[in-house]
Amino acid sequence: MKLVICAGPATTGKTAVLRHIIKKLRDGGQLAAFLKIDVQYAEEDELLAREFGIPTRKVYSGELCPDHCNVMVLGDALQWAGKAGADVLLVETAGLCLRCSPYVDGGLGLVVLEATSGMNLPLKVGPMLSLADVAVVTKIDRVSQAEREVFRARIQEVAPAVRVREVNALHGIGIDPLLEHIRQTPHATDHMLLRGNPPVGTCTICVGKKEVGWQSHFGVVRPLENQAFYRGE
Amino acid sequence: MAIESITILGGHGKDGGEEPVRRIDLRMGDVVSIVGPTGSGKTTLINDIELFADANTPTGRRILINGAVAPAEFRDNPARNPIALITQHTTFLSDMPVQGFLETHARIRTDVGEPAESLVERTLAFANQLTGEPILVRSRMTELSGGQTRALLIADATILCNTPIVLLDEVENAGIHRSRALELLRAYRKIFIFVTHDPRIALLSDYRIVMRNGTVRQVLHTAADERKFSAKVTKLDDFLSRLRERIRMGESLTDLEAELEAVA
Repeated sequence: MKLVICAGPATTGKTAVLRHIIKKLRDGGQLAAFLKIDVQYAEEDELLAREFGIPTRKVYSGELCPDHCNVMVLGDALQWAGKAGADVLLVETAGLCLRCSPYVDGGLGLVVLEATSGMNLPLKVGPMLSLADVAVVTKIDRVSQAEREVFRARIQEVAPAVRVREVNALHGIGIDPLLEHIRQTPHATDHMLLRGNPPVGTCTICVGKKEVGWQSHFGVVRPLENQAFYRGE
Repeated sequence: MAIESITILGGHGKDGGEEPVRRIDLRMGDVVSIVGPTGSGKTTLINDIELFADANTPTGRRILINGAVAPAEFRDNPARNPIALITQHTTFLSDMPVQGFLETHARIRTDVGEPAESLVERTLAFANQLTGEPILVRSRMTELSGGQTRALLIADATILCNTPIVLLDEVENAGIHRSRALELLRAYRKIFIFVTHDPRIALLSDYRIVMRNGTVRQVLHTAADERKFSAKVTKLDDFLSRLRERIRMGESLTDLEAELEAVA
């Protein structure tokens, strides 16, 4: 099974992009599982389950930062999706503070940005953009050609290695190259590491323990099945 | 890659029926209008062109460049995209000053081999020929009027982007000098496609693509008689513009009756 982690500011069209990916995976005979990580409200899991009949789940991170929550539940989530027979696990995360990057080595990291958020946005996003594999740019029809070009140039300025893909998430145009990126992604393994160093802080993830799965952490942890609890001395 | 032509291969209408016109070839230098009632599929057609549809949009149309499927890089990199689309919804979101904005755009256009300052100067000069009130370079992009915004979008696409194909969706509502725009645009060897309800723009085009019920019904070449007639239409339209302008300025119109008789 393959792992795709999709991050990006709120309302940029992450779910719209993933919906087209789910559809195209299905057309190619592949089953996607979908996990949504959000702070306090999300209904994408129910909508996608109704629309495609695929296994979906959501986790509310509550008092945890969503990307912290992502690291905690990802180990369980891979097992869940594997048991559900999925070929690809799509994880959509709210990624609010932009300093973290939720991507893991061996998984595909997508960041979804909207062209309408201003030409300088790519300069402000940090590791959520620079550590992604692909930057997906949405809402391209709403801005001038000039701003579209500058937006892309700014992405390449801060993240030269990141592939930029413009999509029209309404019509599903430009989605095929994303499927090709998924195809080239290796299968997920039991031992996966967070790609970036999170900002300085005092939790196990913040101090640099990058192992995925709550079993590797202490302090306030969060399994997929239960609420957050304290583990350790 | 030098673009010589784009080809529209017919798809199907909203009811699934086959599109009557199966193939249209547009060549460099053509000025084309797309006409038809509201809801007839005009905007959908230019969206198909802009997306390089390859039987993967709801209409099933295909768009060919120089007779072949468009290279992937056209979609991949907006600076390589040969099409600029200016719709009623397209706008500048930046609140930078006009001068700084255009310089920012010109600086990433490193492939054209012209200094940024001269590109910016030419773009502004072009835009100012289309507007009533000249654009002040120190004003912020978001302070521009509707007409100035449209004029600058067209100038930026034509000169700075220098894209070979420009799609313009109902620009007539924006208050730019339409005849002047067409005259200026004809000096550039590009394909200009107007979605329009405006008889003036339609008659100044080389041909018009007629839409009905989601499909292209026919392609009408502007006849010699129509061209002759278009001079009168322009006069009548100019008269109406003056009328509108005088109403705007709070003037009385009693002296205009004789002029109306003369025009009509």
